[in-house]
Amino acid sequence: MNSGREVSDGRLTVEGFSVAARAFADKWKIHNQSFPPWSWVPLINRTLHLSNQQEEGYLSLEEILILSSLEESPEDESLNVATDCLEKEESVDHTILVQNQENEAHYYDFHIVYSSSYKVPVLYFRGYCSGGQPLSLDVIKKDLPSCSVSLLHESKWTFITQEEHPYLNRPWFKLHPCGTEDWIKLLSQSSISTGCQMPVDLYLVSWFSVVGQVVGLRIPLEMLN
Amino acid sequence: MANEAVKYVWEGAIPLQIHLHKSDVASHPAPPPALVLAPRIGYLPLLIPHIKPYFKDSLPPGEDSIWFDYKGVPLKWYIPTGVLFDLLCAEPERPWNLTIHFRGYPSNILIPCEGEDFVKWNFVNSLKEAQYIINGNCKNVMNMSQSDQEDLWTSVMNGDLDAYTKLSPKLKMATIEDDFSRKASLSSPQSRQGATEMDVAGQVKTARVPVRLYVRSINQDFENLEDVPEIDTWDDISYLNRPFEFLREEGKCFTLRNAIESLLPEFIGDKAQTSGEERSKDDDTEEADGLLREMGEIKLARIQGIEMKLEIPFSWVVNNLMNPEFYLHISVLVKAPQR
Repeated sequence: MNSGREVSDGRLTVEGFSVAARAFADKWKIHNQSFPPWSWVPLINRTLHLSNQQEEGYLSLEEILILSSLEESPEDESLNVATDCLEKEESVDHTILVQNQENEAHYYDFHIVYSSSYKVPVLYFRGYCSGGQPLSLDVIKKDLPSCSVSLLHESKWTFITQEEHPYLNRPWFKLHPCGTEDWIKLLSQSSISTGCQMPVDLYLVSWFSVVGQVVGLRIPLEMLN
Repeated sequence: MANEAVKYVWEGAIPLQIHLHKSDVASHPAPPPALVLAPRIGYLPLLIPHIKPYFKDSLPPGEDSIWFDYKGVPLKWYIPTGVLFDLLCAEPERPWNLTIHFRGYPSNILIPCEGEDFVKWNFVNSLKEAQYIINGNCKNVMNMSQSDQEDLWTSVMNGDLDAYTKLSPKLKMATIEDDFSRKASLSSPQSRQGATEMDVAGQVKTARVPVRLYVRSINQDFENLEDVPEIDTWDDISYLNRPFEFLREEGKCFTLRNAIESLLPEFIGDKAQTSGEERSKDDDTEEADGLLREMGEIKLARIQGIEMKLEIPFSWVVNNLMNPEFYLHISVLVKAPQR
């Protein structure tokens, strides 16, 4: 099974995911320096002592500090993210950065995990306070963009669900992958004129440009080149 | 028309002896344990209405958040009861002694379950995933009317195979077929529904089968199942939710061993045993690896409480032993490869 250079049906093979993940992480590092980089976590299964020849794994972005804002401009509903990169000046938009009502910082972990059932990437995330206590969905909703919250109300069981992380035996939140292949195909059609091929390298970038917005993470346009 | 094996699967049940956890006992004397017969294809939270009456007078005041444990291991409520039993009890324990808690839900470990709705949606989402694997899309589940979906779920909750059999054709799940099942169906008077849809003449098609593999790995050999150490935590178990994929070719038939080995390529198995059989497709890469190390060994594979002979045709196993959401759950005990 080879990963191929292009994806034409909206789906990824497991090898394609590894390739796409590295490309995504590299571009992110270059173009999105206000964020920490994504890291690749290989699946070395402790109990089975599996050492996979094709290195399987997932992408991880952790300890993203979210501060709620008092006034939100309707056009820009990105999360107001603070990082601990002290050398760089944080790009602050015109909303006021304050801590949320509980006077606590909220931290978020994001994992991009490959689903062998749906053959697409899936975003898992969880929130917690500085003490490590997990945040409930009610609390997390306050940190999400408002359009995501209204979608959550409409589709309680099919949009964001709380499920067990496929590898970590802990509850995480998951963005449902149903439909991913369809809108990836749409993205491929609109960007490339010859057929609907999408280079594997760009798969996760395109995917994240849509999915990231659900959780308020935007990527700079340069990443899409 | 449901066949004999499927009837047995639906009728399979496990006797449970449920003890109230001592921290939840607010009465004196403590209540005796409740005895409940749990359907294998069901889920523990669905038993709560049958169990709670036994204990309600003993509970401390406050709101319930109910969960179960087996020897201190919190039980994942979204795994079918029969699978939990097959996996956690190497030596089957009858009745199976579980502890019920009404307080102190371990929400850092277990996803919440606040009622039947949670169990139902877990079932529906698994069904969608299984359909996606088998058919390549989940539009039939999505397009099912609300009332049909409700009725399907109710039939599973009630263990009503007749009702389920009337409704499941609406899902239009493609049949899982290889050369063995094709030949078997040719000799049977019943026609296989959906076989012509997937069977494109002369073309080799890749078929995918929904499988959930629960693997326990032991480092040393053991004589009896009683000698297998107990599980302390879910980290002792590897859970693999990945489909078994195969090319449907003339003359090709897969055994249960082939399927498990292809999902666990490091367990190609004892060379002496497999020399005459189909090898898994990872064979070549294994050779190329060039490493000489003792292989792991599949000691036991349990499906629906049956200790399976690994040479059974896989398509028979899938078509007869899968759960109502179309997943085949396999509990495997392996001896780890030596390094």
